[in-house]
Amino acid sequence: MLYNIFIDPFVQMAQMPDLLVQTLWEGLVAGVLYALIALGFVLIFKASGVFNFAQGIMVVFAGLTLVGLYEKLSPSTGQGLGAFLALVLTIGVMFVLAWTIERVVLRPLVNQPDIILFMATFGITFFLIGFGESIFGGSPKKMITEQLLLPTGAIDLNILGGRVIIQKLDIAAAVIAGLMVAGLALFFQYTRIGRALRAVADSHKAALSVGISLNQIWVIVWFTAGIVALVTGIMWGARSDVSFGLSVIALKALPVLILGGFTSVPGAIVGGLIIGIGEKMGEFYWGPLVGGGIESWLAYIIALAFLLFRPQGLFGDKIIERI
Amino acid sequence: MLYREAGQFKTTYEADMAVFPIRQDRIGLGLIILAAFLLPLFSSDFFIGTVMVPFLVFSLAAIGLNLLTGYTGLLSLGTGAFMGVGAYACYKLTIAFPEVNVLIWIVASGFFSAAVGVLFGLPSLRIKGFYLAVATLAAQFFLEWCFVRIPWLYNYSSSGSIDVPTRTLFDIAITGPQATPTTRYLVLLSIVVIFTWIASNIVRGRIGRMWMAIRDMDIAAELMGIRPLQTKLLAFAVSSFYCGVAGAVMMFLWYGGGEAKDAFNINLSFNILFMIIIGGLGSLLGAFLGAGLLHLVPIFLKFGLPALGVPIGGETAEHWTHIIIGMLIIFFLIVEPHGLARLWSITKQKLRMWPFPY
Repeated sequence: MLYNIFIDPFVQMAQMPDLLVQTLWEGLVAGVLYALIALGFVLIFKASGVFNFAQGIMVVFAGLTLVGLYEKLSPSTGQGLGAFLALVLTIGVMFVLAWTIERVVLRPLVNQPDIILFMATFGITFFLIGFGESIFGGSPKKMITEQLLLPTGAIDLNILGGRVIIQKLDIAAAVIAGLMVAGLALFFQYTRIGRALRAVADSHKAALSVGISLNQIWVIVWFTAGIVALVTGIMWGARSDVSFGLSVIALKALPVLILGGFTSVPGAIVGGLIIGIGEKMGEFYWGPLVGGGIESWLAYIIALAFLLFRPQGLFGDKIIERI
Repeated sequence: MLYREAGQFKTTYEADMAVFPIRQDRIGLGLIILAAFLLPLFSSDFFIGTVMVPFLVFSLAAIGLNLLTGYTGLLSLGTGAFMGVGAYACYKLTIAFPEVNVLIWIVASGFFSAAVGVLFGLPSLRIKGFYLAVATLAAQFFLEWCFVRIPWLYNYSSSGSIDVPTRTLFDIAITGPQATPTTRYLVLLSIVVIFTWIASNIVRGRIGRMWMAIRDMDIAAELMGIRPLQTKLLAFAVSSFYCGVAGAVMMFLWYGGGEAKDAFNINLSFNILFMIIIGGLGSLLGAFLGAGLLHLVPIFLKFGLPALGVPIGGETAEHWTHIIIGMLIIFFLIVEPHGLARLWSITKQKLRMWPFPY
């Protein structure tokens, strides 16, 4: 028993390094996708203190809107143009969504306890599920991968005495995610709005007192989270179909969040990678010992173990309590 | 407007501390309970089975979670799993000892759930808030996995789900296929009334005050001599006990097995949490109101609208249910963020003062 747990998996890793690389790569890709969802959570939590349960459904909604608009537009404009027109229009829809949420939900609930705002985002989730389904139908849709000029197909690498298959799409996802995070970091660091966002994240009251409009900032933040959701929706939709089942997978972003810390953008990325890799490795090497399927909870146990030692997550702000 | 409590003087401290200090409240509550017990005389089996039974099950679970989240301030997303522990424990117990009355096992299964709850409540000493909520998700997904992967729990049945056997009380079948909705409803109602009464006495006594002190500020409570670990674990234990009993009655008095394979999933946890938030955190009445709102509105939309002549098909009805529930949640939160229970007490206060504004 002890041999099976502590020695055998490592022997397997050493004997078949190609399998190890394949597993690591799959974990990395899953981690990137978790990190993207977590990024949307972190953006909103930092700026408005809202734990946004609706982020998962926003991913689905953005993906569905994109595909739905494309289906409407492509007959008249042709495929390539239609896809990019749909992309632009979807970004517009996400802006309208962000503005509506700020206006209808957040503004009347300003200064309420966290849990109330959390509940309100659940209301948004419910609304978006019903709204999305009644417009686009409940059946899964195929993401327009080729039309958006994303690469498809796979690369076979012959390394370490074996074959490693890498999907081109996954590489694109990793690159795009990296670019987006870098872009967001620059935006936060060097633009006027970015500085205002960081000010709001530090203290709402202080930001208000120096003349930063909270309402405007919230619209921007929710819009940014909407764009992150759109990118996530495209990437995830390209791997499987776009359906409402995706919103459940979004819960996987939660252990990523507590691992990295609710308030840290790099934390979301690092946490995502740790969870993604840990989960795939655990499932592949240790899963068979207990009958498989441990992927569903391993991430949470990893996160829980981390929390016991660092309650604020890896990169989170230190929690200081006063009486 | 409805009633005035003028002329009712309290002469002892006991009278002042009573759960219902106003005579009309006591009479009103008595009437409601009486009406609930007499309800089967006036309504169809369908109504009892699909509306009242689930409502009571959800209410019981919501009371359990409210003890933890509303009174102690510990956010938990593992409710569904704790209910599952109760259901499976009750099943194993009644299969192993069929001669003991099933009601005893329903209560006993709560203790198994409480033990599991204490185990997963241990991190609550170090972490709190949303971090704790995600930590309890570990319990949810791990236990859910156990319910599927450990065949011993459902006696190796090929369907992977449990079949509730027929058990009797005074020679009347109360569980299993032979039990009528009415008997199941009456048994369930008795359980819910007793457990609500116990809960209302816990929360206004020493234990409840300790919980509330921890909720309001745990460091200050610790300085005042309340032990945080014991108090938090006690909250987890009692809350999980209630959830376990709710799970057992859900399986035995509502589902009856069969389709119940993945009933104790994350959506159940979320639903119960949203019931207590919308109903009112830290209020037993809120648990009932929240369960009523989130359970009855979908049913009303599904059956009520076509009956009123609004023609909507099955799928459209589902979409509109989602949209309307989403809007209702946001509406109620904006009107009264402290939940329906607060809304009710404000209404009551207004009615007492009527026709004067103050």
